[in-house]
Amino acid sequence: MRRIVIIGAGQAGLQLAESLRKGGHDGELYLIGDERWPPYQRPPLSKKYLAEDFADARLFFRPLEHYTRLNVDLRLATRATAIERAAQRVALANGESLGYDGLALTTGTRVRPLPVPGAAHPAVHYLRGLDDAQALKQRLAGARRVVVIGGGFIGLEVAATARHADCEVHVVEALDRLMARVMPPVVSDFFATLHRAHGTQLHLGAQVAAIEPAADGSVEVRLGDGSGLPADLVVAGIGVLPNQELAVAAGLACDNGIVVDEYARTSDPLIVAAGDCTVHRNLRYELPHRLESVQNAVDQAKVAAASLLGQAQPYADLPWFWSDQYEVKLQIAGLSAGHDSHVLRGEPSAAGFSVYYFRQGRLIAVDSLNRPAEHMLARRLLSGGTHVLPAQAADPAFDLKALLVAT
Amino acid sequence: MPKVTYIDVDGTRYDCEVASGLSVMEGAVNNGVPGILAICGGSCACSTCHAYIDDAWAERVGGPNDIEDATLDLANERKPTSRLTCQVQITDAMDGLVVHVAKND
Ligand SMILES: Cc1cc2nc3c(=O)[nH]c(=O)nc-3n(C[C@H](O)[C@H](O)[C@H](O)COP(=O)(O)OP(=O)(O)OC[C@H]3O[C@@H](n4cnc5c(N)ncnc54)[C@H](O)[C@@H]3O)c2cc1C
Ligand code: FES
Repeated sequence: MRRIVIIGAGQAGLQLAESLRKGGHDGELYLIGDERWPPYQRPPLSKKYLAEDFADARLFFRPLEHYTRLNVDLRLATRATAIERAAQRVALANGESLGYDGLALTTGTRVRPLPVPGAAHPAVHYLRGLDDAQALKQRLAGARRVVVIGGGFIGLEVAATARHADCEVHVVEALDRLMARVMPPVVSDFFATLHRAHGTQLHLGAQVAAIEPAADGSVEVRLGDGSGLPADLVVAGIGVLPNQELAVAAGLACDNGIVVDEYARTSDPLIVAAGDCTVHRNLRYELPHRLESVQNAVDQAKVAAASLLGQAQPYADLPWFWSDQYEVKLQIAGLSAGHDSHVLRGEPSAAGFSVYYFRQGRLIAVDSLNRPAEHMLARRLLSGGTHVLPAQAADPAFDLKALLVAT
Repeated sequence: MPKVTYIDVDGTRYDCEVASGLSVMEGAVNNGVPGILAICGGSCACSTCHAYIDDAWAERVGGPNDIEDATLDLANERKPTSRLTCQVQITDAMDGLVVHVAKND
């Protein structure tokens, strides 16, 4: 293949570029990103970067020289505006048009805007990219009262950081428990207790009706029941939308994400896609799904690169994820969606416990809280398809590692 | 600044200067040492920053804590001198450190 163009210079885009070179692509390689930064890590943005004095450059995956060494034409602050599939060309915002023999879409997601009156107020912030994080960090430094809208991973990480900075913090969540879409009640309750113990006020099952401007540049967050929460800073973390517009306009199949098969191929054989922007198939699971995680960005990008190189390998890697809130490290191995039973290993406490999920008697996922060693073991058990009985998982005295050796 | 020498899987040497306080992983990434992939960015979650501390240094650098020890179990070809380089912080006392990059993928 002569020229490969990658649209989206994030975690998946970088991995694709590196895997293409490693896999033997010696033709031209373009990595097009609309942000002004070279590919960088997002996870620290809601954690260390926000909490500490942390230089921007420490977020960058690779120094700029790396792209020269790899012979990758990295275009920053450059937006791709259209894909002309018939002509095999990509149009860029600067007027340039690049022909391609293979194309990869790694466009990620963007934040879902807060759909209430007054949401355009400058006190309202979001967190997706480094520019957002810089602005948020600056506003946080002068803030006393913070309202976080959305009790998901990012919102809760920001809430914990704001408490560290000694702000008064309220979290408003529409559902009746935290992280409800991905966590069972026992984990939601554990985190609710944790955040409350650190002095954060949780408003569960509460709707935000409006953001009302107040005198001194602050706002009042009006809730559905009429009550108001004064805030110097509002952080909305109510989910993301896949950046699929380019693909939709080009006539590629999309369904809340760019649809790809287990080889990361879109409905056009010359175009692959990977990372947060895809609705994909993983051989481990029956249903296609979209995931926002480092693991998926990296592993799926490797699959996409192999497909472009004609070395197609299906995607079957085990999903994993982590979230840090206060002194608690939550680590997820596998996907628990579709489980029909679960057992606890250990009692819910800061000392650590895990939740083991089963479907038709088969272990499908493990959430660990402050049990890093158990999380790593779970990844090995799940990757290898080791048979674990619920009673074994629930018995802290039973040595799960022994099962691994046995298989 | 402490000098750190990285030796990649092909045997190529990279003599680098790495500021105290950074991790051995950050030193490798900043200097373009191949093979230290560090996809989790130093969160001790991925094991793709795996390297072997040179025998002459292994004792001084020390071993992994429990978390790192468990993560190392996911790495390729673990040895007694294995460390996840994101968990090894450079200090002035480490001037001259030599590490051998492991096969990370
Ligand atoms: C605050 C925060 C905390 C997180 N914490 C964790 C965590 O703890 N653990 C974990 O596993 N994951 C975490 N994630 C998720 C993880 O960072 C993402 O899953 C990962 O970055 C996805 O990589 P990607 O390459 O698919 O998308 P991105 O990294 O979003 O990259 C996509 C890039 O494409 C660009 N782009 C889009 N459209 C165009 C266009 N038309 N032209 C040019 N460029 C374009 C975008 O601007 C962006 O730079 C976190 C994310 C955030 C935001
Ligand atoms: S960078 Fe991921 S474990 Fe070190």
